[in-house]
Amino acid sequence: MTVTEDANQIPTPENNLNDHKPVGFGRMLRKEDARLVRGQGQFCDDIVLPGMLHLAILRSPFAHAKILSIDTSAAEAHPKVTAVVTGAMLAEHNLAWMPTLSNDVQAVLATDKVRFQHQEVAFVVAEDRYSARDALELIDVEYEMLEPVIDVRKAMAPDAPIIRTDLEGKTDNHCFTWETGDKDATQAVFDAAEVVVKQEIVYPRVHPAPMETCACVADLNPVSGKLTLWSTTQAPHAHRTVYALVAGLPEHKIQIIAPDIGGGFGGKVPIYPGYVCSIVASLLIGKPVKWTEDRTENLVSTGFARDYVMVGEIAATKEGKIQAIRTNVLADHGAFNGVASPIKYPAGFFGVFTGSYDIDAAYCHMDAVFTNKAPGGVAYACSFRITEAVYLVERMVDVLAYDLKMDPAELRLKNFIRSDQFPYETKTGWVYDSGNYEPAMRKAMAMAGYDQLRQEQAEKRERGELMGIGVSFFTEAVGAGPRKDMDILGLGMADGCELRIHPTGKAVVRISVKTQGQGHETTFAQIIAEEIGIPPDDIEVFQGDTDNTPFGLGTYGSRSTPVSGAAAALVARKVRDKAQIIASGMLEVSVTDLQWDKGAFSVKGDPSKSVTIQDIAMRAHGAGDLPDGIEGGLEAQICYNPSNLTYPFGAYICVVDVDPGTAEVKVRRFVAVDDCGTQINPMIIEGQVHGGLTDGVGMALMQMISFDEDGNCLAGSLMDYLIPTAMEVPDWETGHTVTPSPHHPIGAKGIGESATVGSPPAVVNAVVDALQPYGVRHADMPLTPSRVWEAMQGNATPPI
Amino acid sequence: MKINGNDVTLDAEPRTLLVNFIRENAGLTGTHWGCDTSNCGTCVVLIDGKPVKSCTQLAAMAGGHEVTTVEGLATADGLDSVQEGFIQCHGLQCGFCTPGMMLTARALLNKNPDPTEEVIREAISGQICRCTGYATIVRSIQWAASKDRETAVSLEGANA
Repeated sequence: MTVTEDANQIPTPENNLNDHKPVGFGRMLRKEDARLVRGQGQFCDDIVLPGMLHLAILRSPFAHAKILSIDTSAAEAHPKVTAVVTGAMLAEHNLAWMPTLSNDVQAVLATDKVRFQHQEVAFVVAEDRYSARDALELIDVEYEMLEPVIDVRKAMAPDAPIIRTDLEGKTDNHCFTWETGDKDATQAVFDAAEVVVKQEIVYPRVHPAPMETCACVADLNPVSGKLTLWSTTQAPHAHRTVYALVAGLPEHKIQIIAPDIGGGFGGKVPIYPGYVCSIVASLLIGKPVKWTEDRTENLVSTGFARDYVMVGEIAATKEGKIQAIRTNVLADHGAFNGVASPIKYPAGFFGVFTGSYDIDAAYCHMDAVFTNKAPGGVAYACSFRITEAVYLVERMVDVLAYDLKMDPAELRLKNFIRSDQFPYETKTGWVYDSGNYEPAMRKAMAMAGYDQLRQEQAEKRERGELMGIGVSFFTEAVGAGPRKDMDILGLGMADGCELRIHPTGKAVVRISVKTQGQGHETTFAQIIAEEIGIPPDDIEVFQGDTDNTPFGLGTYGSRSTPVSGAAAALVARKVRDKAQIIASGMLEVSVTDLQWDKGAFSVKGDPSKSVTIQDIAMRAHGAGDLPDGIEGGLEAQICYNPSNLTYPFGAYICVVDVDPGTAEVKVRRFVAVDDCGTQINPMIIEGQVHGGLTDGVGMALMQMISFDEDGNCLAGSLMDYLIPTAMEVPDWETGHTVTPSPHHPIGAKGIGESATVGSPPAVVNAVVDALQPYGVRHADMPLTPSRVWEAMQGNATPPI
Repeated sequence: MKINGNDVTLDAEPRTLLVNFIRENAGLTGTHWGCDTSNCGTCVVLIDGKPVKSCTQLAAMAGGHEVTTVEGLATADGLDSVQEGFIQCHGLQCGFCTPGMMLTARALLNKNPDPTEEVIREAISGQICRCTGYATIVRSIQWAASKDRETAVSLEGANA
């Protein structure tokens, strides 16, 4: 069933909107805010240990160059320097290379040659932050320049220099080839089609740029041999296992602690050389070592996102019925394949490029290549490449609408998968769990006043004003994932959860995922509260410390609620089942004669006889008798293995005005209707959507990590890599529908990345729509004034 | 200098940036660092009541001045209305930019008790938030403005 409700109310000191305290789902203020508004959060760089030293990394000024020699003597002579380490020294301990999350390898410190600008070459450990940086200036590296491979379209040219000379027998820059769908069936549909549209679409390289850069404090105790690593990681358990494999440390002697994290967005999933260097430094020196990246290091060397050149094609009837979608993708993976996605999915979940439409055939061919650029590839709230897939299909549908002279909203409504077709298996093999697309689309159109907007646009066009209305509709695939299909480096993507109810009825829940701002301390308390009736204020949520939480794969790909949230609900039900048996003893009735009213069991037909969960908790720990075969205590642990992904969806409408004189784009309005299934905390959901919409506007209009032909990164600061401020974005208009997931215990689907996935096509479609009087059919992101101006002059060029 | 009303006199290298002095010498880690280039504004503190990016100043330049950090916002009577507003309106997610945002908001409301949305957006336009999309930050500051005005009215009533 789909329920629609009105957009969110705004709290004021007068309206008491926040006074309601739900025992379970509903708007609830966040538990984590009390410390964060007081400046009492503890982020990685806030941690100070006795005797702690500071690490700084020397990076390559060149994109591709052979290292001839490194002279560290002057740096070592600096009075405050403790150690200077090069790749050659790491190689002696077999630590110069580490595995990436895609089964490739990446240099911790370069030994033979550097493969991207700002690659790690050496590190210094010193008594303070400033001295460590000073000493970097004293290291003398002699390089021999090599020709770099920067243009992705030329990476596979026969005469292209080989980047990965470290891989035995490598004779080109090919990374992998991947395909999905049915090539021949798709060709047959295209051959017979009345209408075929084709367009090259570039999703440029971008970077998540969280406000907090990457950092860690490594403390390897020389006596106990135990490594404690405070680290900016979204996946502490997965990191622990990888460190055990890389460094040969026994896994029980590794404790990873992710403290408060200042935004992650996927950029804090991979293991970066800086973390490994810090561990090595602490091992060598026997003291705690802190490493905090600067902003440039963050932008130029940690996980980039996107970088896909896609050629899209749609086959359709003259009436606009989409029959087939085909795409050919050239993927730039940088110098090492550092993609963090399930190992059997080298292109992430790009296979959902058929979008929200019921079609007859689909096919994708992808070639991924190495270039002399930083590694990465899956980061920035992309749901494992669904950003690219949704952008492709939603831009292509608009190209079809342009060629057929049809309204883009009507065209989408004509092609949606119908609600009675779910579960729906796509032509690329994805089984969408549930959906009800038309009401979401119609709700967004009603909120936006779509028909009036089109009328206003027509009037403005008469006057030579440029107004654009952009529509996008997305389906996401999140909550990775079923362990038979999905693993990272052999680690199944299931998540654990442990719940303990204390004697007085207060609870502690330990989860395997880790918030970076999403509000896990609140959401997970609410899930437990909903299931077991203990108020959220009485439930403490532990996360991020591998010594004190059950194993699981962490927070990314919008997987916390779909996977760990399910684990939380199920562990609470397990505890509730035991509580019911204890209650039956307390009330002296059979288990089947009890009914559950959120927080208490009562006797069916006699509600005056009841015991609360708090009463039961005391009995479970008390001295009195328990039913036969029941142990004392009230706690449980589970590991949840999802049977399928969940498929959130949404309808977005963006309204822009383009200045005909300056080509500047102003986002006037943005309407977002999201369906993430059952809502746990609407306030947090709205916040997640707002943030993603802002990312989308940034990517569509401002952000790009670009390079010159020598491989110099041109976006190494926030002066060059532009991120929206409060002036570039409108007041968001959000709404929702609710279509629960049928296989998730509480029907929740995940919301963290929906808006980042769905908003870029809406913004670009709006700008292209505004430029229709100039005959513009497509223009690539980022739609900066200069690029929009070029499009207006008929000279739109791809950004790479 | 005075930080949050307390006299702070510590030795530091002449080149020490104010943000590093506050965090490392004075040990007040509520002020965050984010970019080096004065673009992100997460390091904003108040100097003599005015918002300043503390990565653009040397610590020595703040000598003799009053510095207010996020740790100085709350009083013995409770949270500042801006802090309350950020909680009530979900004006923060990861909380990293929040101290700087709240201090700018405090300085704005001290000067202008009833700012429009446009004025609020302009006031925080030198600061970046990657989580919230700004709308809830604007609402948080409006919430605080409304609370401040209520408090002012009730104080007037009490004095009358």
